[in-house]
Amino acid sequence: MTSGAPNTLPPQSGAVPHADATTLTTPFWQGCAVGELRFQRCTDCNHPNFPPTEHCRMCASFNQVWERSTGRGRLYSWTVVNRPVTPAFVPPYAPAIVTLDEGYQMISNIIGVGVDALRIDLELRVEFHRVGDDALWLPYFTGARP
Amino acid sequence: MASRPRAVIAGVYNTTQARQLDGATSRSLSVEAILGALADAALGLDDVDGISAGELSTELIYDLRLGPAWHGSGFGLGMIVEAVAAIEYGLADVVVVVAAQAGAYRNHSSTAPWTKPENEFIIPWGMFTAAEFALVARRHMAVYGTTRHQLSIVASTIRNNGSLNPGAVYFGRGPFQPADVEASPMIADPFHLLDCAMTSEGGCALVIANADRIDASIAPVHLLGAGADFFGPSYKVPPAWDLVGRRGDDVNGMVGRRAADRAFRHAGLERDDVDVLELYDPFSFEVIRQLEAFGFCGDGEGGPFVEDGRIALTGSHPVTTDGGLLSYSHAGVNPQMLQRAIRAVEQIRRRAGELQVRDARVALCSNGGSGALFTTVLLLGDEPS
Repeated sequence: MTSGAPNTLPPQSGAVPHADATTLTTPFWQGCAVGELRFQRCTDCNHPNFPPTEHCRMCASFNQVWERSTGRGRLYSWTVVNRPVTPAFVPPYAPAIVTLDEGYQMISNIIGVGVDALRIDLELRVEFHRVGDDALWLPYFTGARP
Repeated sequence: MASRPRAVIAGVYNTTQARQLDGATSRSLSVEAILGALADAALGLDDVDGISAGELSTELIYDLRLGPAWHGSGFGLGMIVEAVAAIEYGLADVVVVVAAQAGAYRNHSSTAPWTKPENEFIIPWGMFTAAEFALVARRHMAVYGTTRHQLSIVASTIRNNGSLNPGAVYFGRGPFQPADVEASPMIADPFHLLDCAMTSEGGCALVIANADRIDASIAPVHLLGAGADFFGPSYKVPPAWDLVGRRGDDVNGMVGRRAADRAFRHAGLERDDVDVLELYDPFSFEVIRQLEAFGFCGDGEGGPFVEDGRIALTGSHPVTTDGGLLSYSHAGVNPQMLQRAIRAVEQIRRRAGELQVRDARVALCSNGGSGALFTTVLLLGDEPS
């Protein structure tokens, strides 16, 4: 795991708020713990589905399987937060919408790049970091080209 | 067959709004607002047979001894539409629509509770409303070239309205120049502090009544049209500009377009017929987006549209004339939503004092925003459609 050069956005290091996984979402978090970014794919229409649901958002089929993402994508939009949502978060941090190469989007934080380097379509790759004392591994995204 | 009843807005009321109202509770403010709005409508508690107060509806029916009474289950501007429908379909004759909050947000080390639902795929990345709306604004800036200065014009214009409004929490706080907005602390890029809604406490209410039940001395305000567009739950999924449903090309970035189209069509009005726009302003950018979504300018043209004084009180499209969420009040989940309609009623009734828009007869008001995946619209006027 790399952590980026000086003056780049770091991952959070302390405990951050998180919600308990459900039966439906556990495969995603188990994947994070072993360094795999996972999403659901519909075996009927091939639609990539995230966040997880019981049914496919495209065709409403219940036939979905978990798949491993390449973890590569592009920056769709971002912000840099200076006033954190709770004192648990150390600013600045950069919430973002990432479009994965498989075609789905997720919220994450951008790390390992400078604030000035953030731009639409920046090529990204997933990087997992353990935060806090419990076994929470979070998928962050960093520049695809070091 | 009897003619269907017609519902009108007969009274409105805002309690004192303040950063903190010591000694008040959400219930006490609700009761104060209900009594104020009823007095404004020349009606009394004995006349009320319906209420819409969110989670407090049944409590207030009991605590004000309104039963048996109808109650609504909507929120924001939808409460008004629902109350009108209830009256016009014969479920009630006099409905109070109320929202209030005090005491829910006192520890300011975190952002307000209504800014951050506990969603598994959102919360570990430090999301809250300012960040959600920033993700939409930043995308618009990148795609259309909307500038930081244009956001500042919106924020300073609305805050300057509020600084002249004696009822505003930030009355007397101003005037602001656009540069003042950019000089305020950064919250969530591109939003500085003065781009963002405040947090406050207060209550408000409207009385919606069967027109047959109101006194001739009361100038009624009419619901001319309404619309409601939702793309999903607020703050639980990425607020992508390009999020699209299965039925067409409308994207979340333009959420509210369908709502506005339907409202105007139902009202038989054109955009040019609107005299004042009481737009929901959780963040400065949202006003630029709504001007585009509602068809007052073309896609991507909202930034240039606000540059030349159009949205000022004396301009062709005066917006958010009480100071809105930026300067008037933002007391939680609901009061500030109803206050868009209350301000529209004040404008139509020529009660806006120094902030009166000349000859205001038709008002558009809105709730929500692309960052929250919904936008609702009302058209109100001094004459029935």
